[in-house]
Amino acid sequence: MSSGDSALTGARIAHGDIRAIRGPLVVVGGVDDVGWDESAEVATPDGMRHGLVLDLDGDRATVQVFEGTEGLTPGAVEVRFGGRPLHIPVGPDWLGRVCNGRGAPLDGGPPIAGDRFAPVAGWPLNPVEREPPREPILTGVSVIDALTTLVRGQKLPVFSVAGLPHLSLATQIAAQSSSPGTRFRVVFAAMGLTHADIAFVRDRLEERTASGELVLLLNAADDPPIERILTPRLALTVAESLAFDDGADVLVVLSDMTNYAEAVREVSAARREIPARRGYPGYLYSDLATLYERCGRVRGREGSVTIVPVLTMPAGDITHPVPDLTGYITEGQIVLSPELAARGIYPPVDTLSSLSRLMRSGAGPGRTRDDHLDVAAQVLAALARARQSAALAELVGASALGETDRAYLSYRDAMERDLLDQGRAEARTLEDTLDRAWAALATLPRQELTMVSPAQVAAHLPGPDVTAASGDPATAASSLATASSTAPPAEEARDA
Amino acid sequence: MDGMTTDASTPRTGDRVGRTVRVTGPLLEAEGVEGVAMGEILHVGDDRISAEVVAVEGGRATMQAYEYTGGVRVGEAAAGSGQPLTGLFGPGLLGAAFDGLMRPLTSAPIWLRPDRPESVASDERRWRFVPTVAAGDSVAAGDVLGTVPDSGAVEHRVVVPAGASGTVDWIQDDAEVGPLDVVAKVGETEVRLSERWPMRRPRPFRERLSDPVPLHTGQRVLDLFFPVARGAAAAVTGGFGTGKTMLLQQVAKWCDADVIVYVGCGERGNEMADVLDDFGRLVDERTGGRLVDRTVVVANTSNMPMMARELSIYTGISIAEYYRDMGHDAVVIADSTSRWAEALREFANRRGDLPAEEGFPADLSSQLAAFYERAGRVTTLGGKEASVTVIGAVSPPGGDMSEPVTTITQRFVRAMWQLDRDLAYARHYPAVHWSGSFARDTDGLARFQTVHGDPEWAARRASALEILAEADRLASLAEVIGVGSLPGRERMVVLGGRLLRETVLAQNALSPNDAFCSDAKGAALLDLVLEVIDACHAAIDRGATATAVERLDFGPVIRAPQDVGPTDAAAIGPIRERVLAEIGALP
Repeated sequence: MSSGDSALTGARIAHGDIRAIRGPLVVVGGVDDVGWDESAEVATPDGMRHGLVLDLDGDRATVQVFEGTEGLTPGAVEVRFGGRPLHIPVGPDWLGRVCNGRGAPLDGGPPIAGDRFAPVAGWPLNPVEREPPREPILTGVSVIDALTTLVRGQKLPVFSVAGLPHLSLATQIAAQSSSPGTRFRVVFAAMGLTHADIAFVRDRLEERTASGELVLLLNAADDPPIERILTPRLALTVAESLAFDDGADVLVVLSDMTNYAEAVREVSAARREIPARRGYPGYLYSDLATLYERCGRVRGREGSVTIVPVLTMPAGDITHPVPDLTGYITEGQIVLSPELAARGIYPPVDTLSSLSRLMRSGAGPGRTRDDHLDVAAQVLAALARARQSAALAELVGASALGETDRAYLSYRDAMERDLLDQGRAEARTLEDTLDRAWAALATLPRQELTMVSPAQVAAHLPGPDVTAASGDPATAASSLATASSTAPPAEEARDA
Repeated sequence: MDGMTTDASTPRTGDRVGRTVRVTGPLLEAEGVEGVAMGEILHVGDDRISAEVVAVEGGRATMQAYEYTGGVRVGEAAAGSGQPLTGLFGPGLLGAAFDGLMRPLTSAPIWLRPDRPESVASDERRWRFVPTVAAGDSVAAGDVLGTVPDSGAVEHRVVVPAGASGTVDWIQDDAEVGPLDVVAKVGETEVRLSERWPMRRPRPFRERLSDPVPLHTGQRVLDLFFPVARGAAAAVTGGFGTGKTMLLQQVAKWCDADVIVYVGCGERGNEMADVLDDFGRLVDERTGGRLVDRTVVVANTSNMPMMARELSIYTGISIAEYYRDMGHDAVVIADSTSRWAEALREFANRRGDLPAEEGFPADLSSQLAAFYERAGRVTTLGGKEASVTVIGAVSPPGGDMSEPVTTITQRFVRAMWQLDRDLAYARHYPAVHWSGSFARDTDGLARFQTVHGDPEWAARRASALEILAEADRLASLAEVIGVGSLPGRERMVVLGGRLLRETVLAQNALSPNDAFCSDAKGAALLDLVLEVIDACHAAIDRGATATAVERLDFGPVIRAPQDVGPTDAAAIGPIRERVLAEIGALP
């Protein structure tokens, strides 16, 4: 892993008494003076592998080998223990570097050095010392900035389905996010991505890497799966140091967490543990929490760690353990929709199932723009209403819709076209984003805009001030229409 | 205020030291600890990590460690403490935050390492003790010996501990004392300002009281439809994003208990930061003090050691019982009991226990039952009426209501508040669903309301629930044939269901007028909606068209919760007059 670790292990005893090799695990005998969770180096004829102590029983230690146990022969292996849980060097030396999932350089540069070492497992942050997140991160992606604002110190996952452009979105966020007025740094950890995807990520993030603002950790799909267990911990350890020692606002993107969870399951199966749901170990919640909970801010210190995990929901199932447990830990979610993607909209964010729980404290007056929270609420309420209109249109046909429902349908089109849809390298300012939201709202009759104040309308709504006369029957009923379906105006007319 | 076991009153027993033989995560095994007892705490290794004995076989003790065990080796010292895990209960709990082992977080460092000092706060602060008995008085267990002013929002009473009674031989004068100082001698017993108590053991009381008395939560959907009695257990269940934590925080802020113990058990760190921050700023309407001064926070977030999470709910309920024994009404909020059950499962699996459903241990249901049964409204040993109410969150994986923790919890709680994802997605908060939730004490609580000036309580609840059920049935019908195809009376039921949902059931936690709702305002709002619905039906009967009624502006009704102050039931009168007049004006 690093020169520091090797120096530490150099003087240590080599253990050659290999009692068993099973899956990613090696059982070493004749061991004493080794601690649980200690790091280990496994010397093989082909080179050095790395591991962690998972179990100590009498003189036997079970070691989980990150590179896997393929090709290991009991007589030709020596294990040295590191004397303490795995530590890595931390500090600004990581910036601008491209490394593999264990932190070894892939960019031809020297091994990462650092004046400080930190344990990769991290320590729990005292909840009393946490500062509630307050300031926004601007991603330049309209739909996120406007409707699910990312807040410094938050953990906000992207839930996707195989085949959707979540990696484009993740790299776009990593490439163009910023926090106004502070130093902004990004740690991007790829876990189990294909080589094509890795090439894409390196290409998209090249500029930010070159300018020394980004750390790239790449574990490819054909890299040892167990290494993936380490990758996010490296990323977060580096991020914590950049944030809380050096005062930067750090965004950590972890993609893809489903691959990570599968690696955890693989180790659990090799240990013959009793599985909980779908073969995943019962501690998956706690395991994910030890990653996600490393986000946050610390009282009285500069800097923050924000986490955006990306995961693909197997078969699009949001109740699958990985998205489900993630959703229980994180503060909201950004859900991508195959249906929007099929219509050619990028990023295909399902706005109504997406939510940023911390948006209320990170956006609005004093944070982004005074009208932000109100206009976002109005956009979402109108989209919910538009969805009802669309459902109705499927039943009765668009031509049979009342005027208001037709207005909602064109509002939805305008919203998708002008606000949601965006270029994959296009960074929009918040001003531009919110103005686009107002422009789309302008397609609705004025009296439908019940969640924004007249002053905000006067200040932001483009076009001539339309004072609509209320002759449309659906309009009066719409004041009641929020949670449940509204009366179809066509049939109301018939009744009257 | 340390939670652990090392101070002058509990000498270390250096002679009962064994050696660890196995380390696997939080599971430790040691041999050679002489006379080791189930439940005893052993201190392991140089950091003296606390580990509790959960099995003894031959000379080998199996322990669950309450800290991260990284670096613990085979062959390290495991020293018996001769004690179960105890906490130190005394003044200074209110307004402070503790971890699952009841160690103060307020004075802990930023990063929680296992080697942090066990005892810090206990020696720092001194408290004024005011005696209320005199030497020579005769006292029994539970009687008050004195009070400690300036310890939070409620009167802190030092009582005679269980098992002690007799003559007060000596009593401390009005003076400042330390938490471990003796303040009275009763018979053979020295009573200290603070008391040690093992968290897993329920504190004794005289008897349970059976007549239900409501806990007012300030949340309409709970108080009017699914009320919880003082001393009962309630559970709130729902998938992620349905607003469990928000609802629990609202209850913690606004319910009319004396003491709130908020247990963050395996939940988000930022949420605990928010609770501490919010409660520090909000004013308790009843006392005028800050909400945090009646609150004890026990925080074992999801990334803190798992077994301490398991203990944290017992720590929380013991603190509540401690205040109950002073004669106060306490509420324990446990968010989330599912995380606690997962800790049980994790450890049972490491021990190799045979799993029952979904890998949970077979004794899950007895453990959950034992926890919820520590709730109760009782006569204390000192003869006071007091209570511990338990409100637990359940987080079913995948929103699956048939999973073991949810189904077991349903059997043991008196009220279940089921949160509904569709309501939450429609931003209807609190998303308590009227058909999936239940309250078992409604009959008893209706009797209480009748005696206390609201004989209409049960009838009002029944008519509203009936309208809601009927409206649900018609809404699914209307989805197929369209609302316009329904007859007028049915359309009025649909309208009525909507008015009930939006005016009475939904409540805006962010609105200063609506976050809290008094009993009187809640009753007035429900009466208002029921009267409006009746008037709408009457209009249809008179020959008005359903469309004409639906087009009326019901905005004043729906906005009434936010337009009218939290306790201002009278202001609903004019709204009622105006809307009823409009409906009456229809042909």
